[in-house]
Amino acid sequence: MTKRSVSIHVPALTRVEGEGSLRLRIEHGEIQELALDIFEPPRYFEKFLEGRRHHEVLDTVARICGICPIAYQMSAAQAIEQAFGLDPGPWVRDMRRVFYCGEWLQSHALHVHLLAAPDFLGFDSVVGMAARHPEVVRRGLRLQGLGNALIRLLGGRSVHPVGACVGGFFRAPDAAEVDDMLEQLRAALPDAHDLVLWAAALKLPQDEQAFTCVALRHDTDYPFEQGRIVSDDGLSVPIEQYEDHFIEEHRPHSTALFSLLHGAPYLVGPLARLNLNHDRLPAASLSLLRQTGMTFPSNNMFHSLLARTLEIHVAIVEAIRLLENYRRPVSPQVEVTPRAGIGCGATEAPRGLLWHRYELDDQGIVRAARIVPPTSQNQARIEADLRRSLRQFGLNRPDDKLRLRAETVIRNYDPCISCATHFLKIGVTRR
Amino acid sequence: MGKPSIAVHKFSSCDGCQLAFLNAGEELLNLAELVDIKHFLEAGVADEYAHVDIAFVEGSISTTDELTRIQRVRACSRYVVTLGACATAGGLQALRNLDGSNTEWKHAIYAHPGFIHTLDQAEPVSAHIKVDFELWGCPVNGRQVLAAVQQLLFGVAPLEQRDKVCMECKRQHASCVMVTAGRPCLGPVTRTGCGALCPRFGRDCYACFGPAGNANTAALSRRLEGLGLTPADVARRFLFINNHAPSFNEAGKKHYRQGFSDD
Ligand code: SF4
Ligand code: SF4
Repeated sequence: MTKRSVSIHVPALTRVEGEGSLRLRIEHGEIQELALDIFEPPRYFEKFLEGRRHHEVLDTVARICGICPIAYQMSAAQAIEQAFGLDPGPWVRDMRRVFYCGEWLQSHALHVHLLAAPDFLGFDSVVGMAARHPEVVRRGLRLQGLGNALIRLLGGRSVHPVGACVGGFFRAPDAAEVDDMLEQLRAALPDAHDLVLWAAALKLPQDEQAFTCVALRHDTDYPFEQGRIVSDDGLSVPIEQYEDHFIEEHRPHSTALFSLLHGAPYLVGPLARLNLNHDRLPAASLSLLRQTGMTFPSNNMFHSLLARTLEIHVAIVEAIRLLENYRRPVSPQVEVTPRAGIGCGATEAPRGLLWHRYELDDQGIVRAARIVPPTSQNQARIEADLRRSLRQFGLNRPDDKLRLRAETVIRNYDPCISCATHFLKIGVTRR
Repeated sequence: MGKPSIAVHKFSSCDGCQLAFLNAGEELLNLAELVDIKHFLEAGVADEYAHVDIAFVEGSISTTDELTRIQRVRACSRYVVTLGACATAGGLQALRNLDGSNTEWKHAIYAHPGFIHTLDQAEPVSAHIKVDFELWGCPVNGRQVLAAVQQLLFGVAPLEQRDKVCMECKRQHASCVMVTAGRPCLGPVTRTGCGALCPRFGRDCYACFGPAGNANTAALSRRLEGLGLTPADVARRFLFINNHAPSFNEAGKKHYRQGFSDD
């Protein structure tokens, strides 16, 4: 190994949500320093939830992230309903799943086409890529648009939708709107199908590595809004026990917190979900996966891209299944009676497990809140991955190649830095 | 003459307003034909201090670093347009200004608060630099943004919407949620732009588009109390997404006790 000192500083990472930077120092062929700095300013959400009434929480937490507001609303609704001992019933459960399908579609299509694909096809941005691969980009934008339309059906608008509430929804779509949506969804199936095959044919880096996956797992369904928290090294606990197994720590270079499972980094998100739930895929998505010849679980982190495209297919198939049985209910929401208590909620945001806990008083006023977003759960994993994949890639390579590889590795996790900084209370600190 | 150029900058925010571009679909590609996008990190273009015709700014100013950045953005842009509630009015995170909670909250949350270089207040962009045009909304919608680009580039001042959500309800024939369901709607004091989305969904408006011109907040406060809201509830209504906008701030503070307590 040559004796070379390299110092790479990428002051502002592109094609990630939010703001982050990377510091990498290599001395004598060894990585001396590597840090993914998250310098997104703190916005203190958990603090200003205190003193708010239960019915203000969903509109508040949505503002943590413009890309996955539904995830925040759904985890919060579930937690508050649990605290109040409320079951919103099957119609609400089904429609929340449909709502969530819209967010996966929108967020995954955005990530795959606007943020990640330029790396694998050799472009700086989607604008350059669109000139050379117009059909690929158009297909992506169509799927993203479909996700936005599905969100609007139940939420009125796709960023910070206004339709959801504790107890259900403010409004139930009528049959004509649902039929129209169904038609659009069915028409998009070939796009989703082709997208998966396209992703499977991409030349993705081969980068096998060992890591622990964490996701929700449900008795019968692919996980969106329900399930136990499981890992591939044997964890299987109800969501209320999250804090017994996972801790956060604050490291100086970041305004996000790092989560650890039993003291070690872990992965959440599409690849973790698929690795742990490939046997829960809808039949049509499973047979599509077989067609690609790929098998899961996979320990190539770059298969995240494939997992994301397959989940686009899952979202469309699921939304069709649920809307085909649509009946307009007498009321889209159940009555809410506050009572004092603590409730937890956990759902699968596009980027992975999103866990909330609220303590409410008998008036339904929030007394304490804790929110653990996916990106802070992945942060330790991203750094661990960077260390080994850069070593494997070759620390001798030229700076710009190293830098691009590092950025590619980071973007592959689809980190949402806005989400990561909304602030959780510290479980444990080490100095 | 080359194509006009734009930049999209992010400060303290949720990224939701930039999605007005990234969710625009085909229109995003059309826009990229019409203008030169010089800086837009999330879209993969980085040249922060390139000279541009229009700089769109998302997010409020809440750290020392952001203060320096926004001044440099001003220096290299012909027009500065704020995108949404955070940039225009401070956003939800300006709630930390209410009781001067920045330091306390920082210590409650971080093990190493010394590394967190925040300003005491989260403020709108206009608190620090001259802003040429402000777009309200949390989030702004795509139509507003694309219209602003078109209008600024053709030298026409963009259309301002200062009407109230109430007017929009009338236009859309939405039934009034305050009259029919007794909901504490902020439509009477909120500017239009959303198409009266919440009332059309059968719920009360929570003022994500900020105060309308000549908003009679005092009359609405009395009306809200008449509907059975406690003073703390009234304070919470005004001190929400646009809590730092002067007319809402003033109306909210009349009823506010520290931490939204009721006694
Ligand atoms: S105004 Fe609202 S949508 Fe826009 S960045 Fe701020 S929080 Fe997000
Ligand atoms: S009705 Fe009010 S709260 Fe709802 S979207 Fe419009 S301005 Fe925002």
